[in-house]
Amino acid sequence: MNPPDAALATTSAAPAIAVDGLTKRFGAFTALDGVSFAAGQGEIMGFLGPNGAGKSTLIRILCGLLHPSAGQARVAGIDVARQPEAVRARIGYMSQKFSLYGDLSVVENLRFFAGIYSVPRAEMAGRIAYAVAMAGLGGQENTLVANLAGGWKQRLALGAAILHRPPVLFLDEPTSGVDPESRRRFWELIHTLSGDGVTVLVSTHYMDEAEYCHRIALIARGRLIALGTPLEIKRHSLDGELLALACADLGRALPLVQGAAGVRDAALFGSRIHVTVDEAARRGPELEALLAARGIAGATARPIAPTMEDSFVSLVGKAALNAATSANAAGARP
Amino acid sequence: MLGRILHLLIKEFLQLRRDKSARFRLLIPPIVQMVLFGYAATFEVFNVSTVILDQDRSQESRALEDAFLRSSRFALAAPARRVADVRDAVEASDAQLGIVIPAGFAELLRKGQTAPLQVLVDGTNSNSALIALGYVGQIAGDFGQTYAQNLAERTGRLQGKPIVSVEVAERYWYNPNLNSRWFFVPGVIGTLTLITIVNLTAFAIVREREVGTLEQILVTPIRPFEFIIGKTLPFFLIGLLEVSIVAGVGMAWFRVPFRGNPLVLLLGTCLFLFATLAIGLLISTICRTQQQAFSSNFFVLNPMFILSGFSFPIASMPPVLQWLTYVDPLRYYLVIIRATFLKGVGLEALWPQMLALAAIAAVLLAAAVLRFRKSLD
Repeated sequence: MNPPDAALATTSAAPAIAVDGLTKRFGAFTALDGVSFAAGQGEIMGFLGPNGAGKSTLIRILCGLLHPSAGQARVAGIDVARQPEAVRARIGYMSQKFSLYGDLSVVENLRFFAGIYSVPRAEMAGRIAYAVAMAGLGGQENTLVANLAGGWKQRLALGAAILHRPPVLFLDEPTSGVDPESRRRFWELIHTLSGDGVTVLVSTHYMDEAEYCHRIALIARGRLIALGTPLEIKRHSLDGELLALACADLGRALPLVQGAAGVRDAALFGSRIHVTVDEAARRGPELEALLAARGIAGATARPIAPTMEDSFVSLVGKAALNAATSANAAGARP
Repeated sequence: MLGRILHLLIKEFLQLRRDKSARFRLLIPPIVQMVLFGYAATFEVFNVSTVILDQDRSQESRALEDAFLRSSRFALAAPARRVADVRDAVEASDAQLGIVIPAGFAELLRKGQTAPLQVLVDGTNSNSALIALGYVGQIAGDFGQTYAQNLAERTGRLQGKPIVSVEVAERYWYNPNLNSRWFFVPGVIGTLTLITIVNLTAFAIVREREVGTLEQILVTPIRPFEFIIGKTLPFFLIGLLEVSIVAGVGMAWFRVPFRGNPLVLLLGTCLFLFATLAIGLLISTICRTQQQAFSSNFFVLNPMFILSGFSFPIASMPPVLQWLTYVDPLRYYLVIIRATFLKGVGLEALWPQMLALAAIAAVLLAAAVLRFRKSLD
C-alpha cells in the first residue's frame, strides 16, 4: 500500500499534504470520520466548521500530536503516524491558545524556539531579525511577551513558527480574539508566506477569513462535507438563487415567507431574511406583494450573491439532514 | 540533541532568574523552617506543671521535693494539702503531673527498704507525659541511690567493711545529651528537599501544559527524553544547592556536627533527588492544572513524611505501615543523612540504603518517563 522507503523523500510532484480516509475515535465518539483531501505547495487551505467539528483534531493528527485511529496522512511526503519526529522538523504550528513564554522577552522566545528547532548557529541572528521584522516588533526585542498586545503576540507566534523555514504551516484558529485590523495584517503575512511556496492549512470560524483562502474545506461532525474554492462553494451550495428581504416585522414575516411558493429555504440573517428561491427575478416581487397584503410594511426583496455564511449554513443544514435520515434508515432496519 | 537540551536549560534558568518570587520561595522558607524545626521540634521536656503533696513532712521528703524542683524539669503549679487537691489539679489541667510522697517515706528509707512514691500523670499528651514520667523515675532513682550510699557508708564504717555500690549508668551514643536538634536538623534537610523538589518539578511541567507552551514544544522535533532532561536537570541542580544551604545553616547555627564523608552524602543526595524528580514528573503526568498538582502533592508528600521515620519511630508502626515505609525514599535518605552527620559512617554501613534508593529512583524514573510519553497522546 504505502512504500516505506519513499517516506523520507519529499518530491515536489507529491502534494504537500495528502490525507486519505483519516479517522480518529475517542472511545465511542468519532471526532474525524474518513476525511480525505490533498493540498499543493503554496496553497492556502481553510478549514471551516462549527466548534467541535473536528478541525483541531485533524490539525493535531497532521502535526503528529495525535495518533490516527485509521487512514493515512502524509505531510511533506512523510507519514505522520510512522515518523512524527521527521514531520515535526518540517512543519510550523500555531495553536488557538497563545503559546509563547510570557515571562521571556521577544528575542528570548525566538532564540529558544530557534534552538529547539536546531536552526544553524550562523543563520540564527538573521532569522530572528526576520521574524521580529515580520511581526512588526522592531525596537521591542527586549520587551516581555506578556506585555505585548494581542495582535503583536499573534504575529510573533507566527514568526516563531516559521523560524526553521517549514514547507508546511498549520494554524489552528490563529486569529481568535484578535481585532479586525490585526486579523487583516495577519492574513497579509499568510499570503506572503504562500507566495514563498509555504503550504498553509488554517482553521477558522470567521466566515470572512475563509474568503482569503485558495480552497476551503467544510467540516461538520467529523466529516468533510464540501471542498473547493470559495467561489465554487458558494455557487454549488445553494440550489437556487438568493434574495435579501428587508421588512418591518421579521418574526411574523419569516413563517409567511417560508410557506410562499418557490421558496426553498428562508433564515434570519441579522436584520434581514435570506431567502433561497428557484427564480429571484420572479419571486422577489411576489414576496413583496405577499407581505404587503398581510399588512407588513416596507418589504423590499433584492437578489444578492450568496456569502460564505449562506453556503455554510446551507451545507451544514443539509449534512445534518443527511445524517438524520441515514440514522433513521439504519434504525428502521430490522 | 545536546543543543536542544541546552536551549531548554537556558530557558528554564532565564525564567527562574526573572521570577523574583521563585527565588524567594527557594531560599527563605527552607531557612525559616530549618530554624523553626531547630527550636520548636524538641523531644525534651522542661517546666512540666506539677503539684507535690508531702504527707511525710520529713527531712528526706523535703530533700526529694527539692531535687525535683531543682532539676528545672518541673515547675510547681499549685499547693496541695490533701490527695484530692492533687487529683483536682490534674483533672482541671492545672498540673500535668502530681507527685504524692506518702507518710512513712523517711522511715522506710532509714530501714533500707523500698519507699513508694505515688505519681499521677495527665496522659493527654502521651509523648511529654512519658518523658516527664521518665524524669521522675530518674530523679527519684538518683535520690534513692545517693541516700542508700550515704546510709551504707555510715553503717559500713561502723562495721569496718568496704562497700560495693552498683552504679547503673545510661550513656547515649552519637548524641550523648540526647540533643533533639542533632536528631531533627539533618532530618529537616531531607524533608525540605523532598517538598521543594517535588513541587518545583510538578508545577514547572503542569504550568507549561496549562498555558499551552507544552503543546508548542511538542510539535518541535524535540524527543520526550530530551524534554524530560531539560526540564528536570535545573531542579536537580537547585536540589543540590538547597541541600548545601540548609545543611550549612544547620551546622553553622545549630552546631550540628558533620562527622562523615561529604561524598557519601553527595551520592545519597543524588539518588534521593532522582527519586524526588521522578515523583514530581509522575504527578505532572496526572494533573492538567496547577491546582490539581497542588492537592496531589499534598496527598503524596504528607504520607511520605509520616512514614519516613522523621519523627515517628518506624518500629512502633503496625506491620502494614512498616512495609509501606520500605517504598518511601525519604526513609532511606534520612538514615543516610543522619548517619553521615552524626555517626560518620560510610558506604560500608550505608550500602543497603543506597541500593534501596537507587532501585526506587530507577523504578520511579522509568514509570515517569513511560507515563509522560503516554500523557502526550
